[in-house]
Amino acid sequence: MTKSWDATSEHLLRELAPQVLGAVARRFRDFSAAEDAVQEAMIAAFTQWPEGGIPDHPRGWLIQVASRRLTDQVRSEIARRERETAVARETDTVVPAVEIEADMDPDDTLILLFMCCHAALTSSSAIALTLRAVGGLTTVEIANAFLVPEATMAQRISRAKQNIKASGVPFRLPSSQERSERLPAVLHVLYLIFNEGYASSTGAHLQRLDLAREAIRLTRSAKGLLPDDSEVMGLLALMLLTNARRAARTGPDEELIPLDKQDRTLWCQAEISEGVELLTAALSKGSVGLYQLQAAIAAVHDEAAHAEDTDWPQILALYELLKHVAPSPMVTLNHAIAAAMVHGPSKGLELLRALDEDGRLASHYRLDAVRAHLLEMVGDYQSSIKHYRIAASRTTSIPEQNYLMTQAARIAEREPS
Amino acid sequence: MKYIIMMNTMRAGHGIPEWPQKDLQAHIAFMIGLNKELRQSGEFISAEGLSFPEQAKLVRAGKDGLPVTDGVFPESKEFLAGYWIVDVDSPERAYAIAAKVSAAPGPGGKPLNMPIEVRPIMSGPPPEML
Repeated sequence: MTKSWDATSEHLLRELAPQVLGAVARRFRDFSAAEDAVQEAMIAAFTQWPEGGIPDHPRGWLIQVASRRLTDQVRSEIARRERETAVARETDTVVPAVEIEADMDPDDTLILLFMCCHAALTSSSAIALTLRAVGGLTTVEIANAFLVPEATMAQRISRAKQNIKASGVPFRLPSSQERSERLPAVLHVLYLIFNEGYASSTGAHLQRLDLAREAIRLTRSAKGLLPDDSEVMGLLALMLLTNARRAARTGPDEELIPLDKQDRTLWCQAEISEGVELLTAALSKGSVGLYQLQAAIAAVHDEAAHAEDTDWPQILALYELLKHVAPSPMVTLNHAIAAAMVHGPSKGLELLRALDEDGRLASHYRLDAVRAHLLEMVGDYQSSIKHYRIAASRTTSIPEQNYLMTQAARIAEREPS
Repeated sequence: MKYIIMMNTMRAGHGIPEWPQKDLQAHIAFMIGLNKELRQSGEFISAEGLSFPEQAKLVRAGKDGLPVTDGVFPESKEFLAGYWIVDVDSPERAYAIAAKVSAAPGPGGKPLNMPIEVRPIMSGPPPEML
């Protein structure tokens, strides 16, 4: 008896993808070829299941289809070699028999995650490969999500696999020491996928895959596999607490709405509660890291019913911690904003001077945007207009540029020079 | 991050059709090879070549909103000959591709050293996080 295809089926299929890939890669000892075969099996399922129904043993079905593809490939490869060397061999002894539902290992998904987020890959390759091999997405879906041609995405994935092959990573779970060394790279890839989705999925691109949701799904699965890691929990909390505000973040014409002007009734309370709960559990484990601190900051914002209720001293304290745990010019910039909210705009402007000297953010639009905002707060309108305009000329985001130009125009109309 | 790499040719010196066959072929092969390379590196978004400036028209709306066209624009010294849109990991990589385009072989196989304009392509809203 088969089940019929419904809204949850696509989800089921994607959950199965890494498990199937794990089983096939383990059996054939060739990650790259196994990955291609699983992709073909996934495409076959996407075309056949909605009409014919979901097989009784979907995982077994996928393993079998993928294995058959690989077996055919191995056979023709052997046949080719035989023709070349004229050595007769019984091909079937080389091809492993397919045992449906056999050798299922819960660690497979974790192995894949570590493999795809390997330091040997550039972040764009790691992102693409993770979405396909662990996320169970098709190349077309990933290509559309990143607005690149399918052939380009296919090439990126195939190069990523070549790099993995060349780096000689075996298909096994890294040791616990290796794991803790490599985990930050894994979390960073998941974080980048989320950011890509959060940043770009607005009205005009509704037909695109929701990468933020995919990142949450992948991180949720990573949390299931590494239940004791507080940073995995912190990252999931950060994603939920940020995603909760998504509906309020842009207006009907995709214009950006800053945090203090957002309609907070649009924030997703379910995501906020889950995020806060996760964060509380993570913090109780005692080792506070980068993602937990960012999540804590997001939680403070999310818990304020009105912008005026925001607990800025708390946010300032968290940024001070973050400056110790993970110093970066962006942290310094956000720290300056929090300091301005607590101690007044002059204090914020004073802290920005350190960034001018640092140089790394000196020509970044956000430094000018923050400076413009603080200059308006101290009443230096002409300088504020100037910095809003510089920021507008430096950003590469259209909604951000529109927002910054509008700010400059608003002040210029009110305070003519 | 996506960049557009624009290849400008000097109007006076564009006379590609007058190059010796060998040089012309080397130039064409270079461009085909470059596109192939960008496809293989997984960075290619699109590329187009534009017609020679002889076919260009300058259009403005007249008082009735209908198009008023001029012929070629004699005052322009440089013309956009073609462009690539690439998706790369860093601005430095975009500049490296541009330098390659700039050194496309010209007459006698000598690098043309064309001026190449590189500009980031605008995107959607930025991430809010660090």
